[in-house]
Amino acid sequence: MSVTDHAPAGRHVGRVMRRKEDPRLITGQARYIDDISLPGTLWASLVRSPEAHAKIVSVDVSEAAARPGVRAVYTGEDMADLGGPLPMAWAPPGVEVANPEHWPLARGTVNHVGDPVAVVIGEDRYAVADAAEDVIVEYDPLPVIVDPEKALQDGADAVHESLGHNKVHEWSLGGGDVEAALADADVIVERRVVNHRIAGAPIEPRGVLADYRAGSLTLWTSTQVPHFVRLFMALLLGLSEDHVRVIAPEVGGGFGSKLQVYGEELLACWASRKLGRPVKWIETRTENMATTHQGRDQIAYTKMGAKRDGTITAFHVKIVADFGAYNMLLTPLIPSLGAFVMGGCYKIPNVQTDIVGVFTNKVPTDAIRGAGRPEATHMLELTLDAMAHELGMDRLEIRRKNFIPAEDFPAAVATGVIYDSGDYDKTLDKLLEHFDVEAFRREQEEQRASGIYRGVGFCTYTEICGLAPSRVTGPAGVGVQAGLWESAMVRVHNTGAVTVYTGTSPHGQGLDTAMAQIVADKLGVDPAVVEVVHGDTATGPEGRGTYGSRSLATGGEAVARATDKVATKAKAIVAAELEAAPEDIEVSGDRFSVRGSPDKGMALADIAGIAYIGAVPEGLEPGLEETTFYDPENFVFPFGAHACVVDVDPETGKVKVIRYVAVDDCGRAINPMLIEGQVHGGVVYGIGQALYERVHYDEEGQLVTGTFVDYALPTAAELPSLETDRTETPSPVNSMGVKGVGEAGTIAASAAVTSAVIDALRPLGVEFINMPLSPMRVWEAIAEAKGGAA
Amino acid sequence: MSGTVNVRLNVNGVEHELEVEPRLLLVHALRDQLGLTGTHVGCDTSNCGACTVHLNGDAVKSCTILAVQAEGEQVTTIEGMGTEDNLHPMQEAFWNNHGLQCGYCTPGMIMAASALLTENPDPSEDEVRHALEGNLCRCTGYHNIVKAVLDAASKSSAPEVSV
Amino acid sequence: MIPAAFEYRAPETLEEVIRELQENGDDAKLLAGGHSLIPLMKLRLATPALLVDIRKLPGLHGVERQDGHWRVGALTPHVVLEKSPAVGVVSTVAGTIADPQVRNRGTIGGSLAHGDPASDLPAAMLITEGEVTLQGPNGQRTVAAADLFQDYLETALEPEEVLTEVRFSALDGYGYGYEKFNRRSEDWAMVAVSAVARVSEGRFEDVRVGLTNMASTPRRATAVEQALRGQAASVESIAAAAEQAAEGTTPPADLNASADYKRHLARVLCRRALTTAAGL
Repeated sequence: MSVTDHAPAGRHVGRVMRRKEDPRLITGQARYIDDISLPGTLWASLVRSPEAHAKIVSVDVSEAAARPGVRAVYTGEDMADLGGPLPMAWAPPGVEVANPEHWPLARGTVNHVGDPVAVVIGEDRYAVADAAEDVIVEYDPLPVIVDPEKALQDGADAVHESLGHNKVHEWSLGGGDVEAALADADVIVERRVVNHRIAGAPIEPRGVLADYRAGSLTLWTSTQVPHFVRLFMALLLGLSEDHVRVIAPEVGGGFGSKLQVYGEELLACWASRKLGRPVKWIETRTENMATTHQGRDQIAYTKMGAKRDGTITAFHVKIVADFGAYNMLLTPLIPSLGAFVMGGCYKIPNVQTDIVGVFTNKVPTDAIRGAGRPEATHMLELTLDAMAHELGMDRLEIRRKNFIPAEDFPAAVATGVIYDSGDYDKTLDKLLEHFDVEAFRREQEEQRASGIYRGVGFCTYTEICGLAPSRVTGPAGVGVQAGLWESAMVRVHNTGAVTVYTGTSPHGQGLDTAMAQIVADKLGVDPAVVEVVHGDTATGPEGRGTYGSRSLATGGEAVARATDKVATKAKAIVAAELEAAPEDIEVSGDRFSVRGSPDKGMALADIAGIAYIGAVPEGLEPGLEETTFYDPENFVFPFGAHACVVDVDPETGKVKVIRYVAVDDCGRAINPMLIEGQVHGGVVYGIGQALYERVHYDEEGQLVTGTFVDYALPTAAELPSLETDRTETPSPVNSMGVKGVGEAGTIAASAAVTSAVIDALRPLGVEFINMPLSPMRVWEAIAEAKGGAA
Repeated sequence: MSGTVNVRLNVNGVEHELEVEPRLLLVHALRDQLGLTGTHVGCDTSNCGACTVHLNGDAVKSCTILAVQAEGEQVTTIEGMGTEDNLHPMQEAFWNNHGLQCGYCTPGMIMAASALLTENPDPSEDEVRHALEGNLCRCTGYHNIVKAVLDAASKSSAPEVSV
Repeated sequence: MIPAAFEYRAPETLEEVIRELQENGDDAKLLAGGHSLIPLMKLRLATPALLVDIRKLPGLHGVERQDGHWRVGALTPHVVLEKSPAVGVVSTVAGTIADPQVRNRGTIGGSLAHGDPASDLPAAMLITEGEVTLQGPNGQRTVAAADLFQDYLETALEPEEVLTEVRFSALDGYGYGYEKFNRRSEDWAMVAVSAVARVSEGRFEDVRVGLTNMASTPRRATAVEQALRGQAASVESIAAAAEQAAEGTTPPADLNASADYKRHLARVLCRRALTTAAGL
């Protein structure tokens, strides 16, 4: 990151600080799920369906059960005592959501390749892998439904026979009158935008270790949401929540794929109780690709209307969302998250999104980095590019013309939400400081002369994150069956060391460091003595986890508020000791001191000493510890402007990203280094989808991309270094002025890359292209534009 | 079943004699038998490189080597590189440059990167990127990993000041 | 992730290795670097009952120049070839195999014995007059690369034979080019074309072109070679000849490349590889 024009807000806040997390990670001392073992642990291996859709005729477990070292083999029928099927936590008022039962082990039918049919439990990892091969399952194949649009046609075979059709739900969100506005528009452009299915693909697959003993259950699981998992383990196993402890140990990436309540979690707990032994299961990559929830997979029909002068008047989108075989925790909600920001950073008075969810015989989809917002941004930005082309306008000019002006914030938009803050011209101006469009156009001409087709793509975006105000997302709002507030507890120890308990569950974002920076400034201590604890339901208050770029804007704000409460009490103690008024006490450097007399003051350790001896002023309780539950008033809306430059080899169709410039605004920075890292990772996640990654099922519902050989994550060798910069437009929603940044890069990048490829290929007549922009697809698009078959 | 065989391994300078099934992967011998859990497993097709260790100084994928194949050889894992109090320069560089997020790919990255610098103490950015093509990271976009490796290289190859 | 159980032996002499192979027939597999075999075993696509590890056999390592040829021990890992630029096209090709960790362990003998038409080395052997030495119960025989690769993952090796040495022409005075097309640099070739050419006084005296992943075995683009021999070495002549690069090929289609696309790639890559080989 080159420059920002803002001074740090504090001694620690706003400054680069190396991460507190790193020493254990760089020395191999961290404990991920597979690094944990308990005496007497049994291993589980799942027998999974090779069929996409079939009735289970019979399961013969006898040979497997007879193998040495095997303790038990279970099928779905053995788990009849479960309190219910796996959860789907979205039920918006007035919307019917078809929700067939989904069990940890299939009952009667399998609905996608990888659907688990039986579990083998035995003494070691290798023994159960062998035994699982010996379980003999007889299948009677059923018709396979792969294409979501065909699945919606009358007379289509149904994934779930009992349902009789494949439609999950219909849901619309919008404002204004798109039909009327489109009828009045001077110009209309339409596109069919396919946002293909991708895998979350954290480098650490999932894993669980369940230990039920003496009436209590402890579950270690590689999750983003330990508290949700605890709740559902308790409910589905008939246990009291206080007897269930869920621990997310070090988690090796999630990207939404670990925002889930998975069958294997329930299965391991159930089996541990049944067998009286700890039960461990570690997912293989092949299993991960075939069973862990995936993302995107939307087909959108977009229609944009504009006046001749470039004013966008309407944007109407119809989305067919492929949900795969089941609803999982938030499956039907995901496209709706995009609908909230379907108007992007533009002042479009009439916006509507109509969503239909569809079952197919594939792995379920759910939240994957960006969750609905990358899709929305992609379809909006590319349709806007098309409109610019149609109008003969420059792509940046049409954006500028339609930006919601800075003076409009907070801005109520057509989709019914209120954007908290924004200054879209400012980020675009800053982008153009780094990216000289005129120079690029000259360079583009020169390159073309030598046979390289160079293009630039732009994406100006805003997104909705910081999930979430309970009144908007909760049961009375869009219908998530949980408030999405966040908790924090701040405990000052006798010695002045501080432990922070956050209800978020970070797994790489660097929140240990950011939260320590926040607390350190407020309490006048070094971040080194602030320990941040998360991911263990037994140690802190109820929490909501890490997803939706919420950990700082909700979790961090909760920490700030709890710390403020601690500081208030500390000030009262100091005031009494120094015979000053509490309102005259301030934190200055490493001391609480009397305003104007920095020499008169006390360090936190001294204050804690008084608090724990109990010599506190009258009316105060002893101790120095506070808890907060923070429910935000609004979402936060980060924004930014990205430019991507690609080179396309017109002969082979190969695309290479040669430059990427990202200017993002996520409000005030706590630690600019962490923001930069999130943008890097987010951008490459989007580049990965645009150019390399694709989950593909063939017509028989067989997964073609079942390993990292076929599912192509980009490597360092495919990528350039990235250029990043920021502007800072504080959010009015929280006291620190922060927004989220974990998903922003992903939300912007696929549109920027695709736009660049289209720009590169326009001279060859290519007007539009859908991802993934694989060499063959690009080559075919060029051939098609030339008028010949590929 | 095929019984077990004995294997001698020198891991991080310590001699071990293990009784293993011939099919035991080196990564599982290191993790499950020797408790060296810093070496990770991220795939089953030799793509991700999370399991990278040094075998006689060369970076290799320990998920694609049988423990018996390493009989009598020298293995170095992330635990043998440096400790929190005495970090290897590559570990230090990853920390200084924010070259990691979730940390899962990190041990493998550090092992691959340090092997590169042994061979080529002053690599270009392109050489670093290609040297890491066998290691997948999903968090960092590789930007800060590459920066860390170049930083470590510049520090180790800085000319010594002559007196 | 976990191979099926097997027995394991690591004999110290070639005779013992051959005897193990003879006694165990199809149940036995030879293990060199293991970087073709172990991935298949981990996915249980291969389940040999016995692995005979040849790592203890003496004399199977190293690269040596002899009589206008290069002799490479079967256990020589790709990295050694990669770091021997004097070896020419085979060195360049070896340097593109997978990733550094794989090149540190994967061996030339293992790669050729595996017979994967998508691998980099087999086609390079075709254009360098490569041959392999096979040791079996009845002694030693030499098989030309052209006869070695018989079908997809099928070679002329008998189950009881051991590939001990690879020999190929040093092709002194030849230029060469290698064009490997893949999505990511660590991937197998979608299509690759290797080319060697000797140009004298502006004319092609000799031209050889190898095709990777264009059929169930590696192939030579003989039509291209014939078209160019004796012709002027020019951008135009190469472009015209390269149009025949896919003639007679039967490339396997997959998700990322249709047969037509692969044929198209072969033509483009052939032109580029030849252009480099001719020094144009």
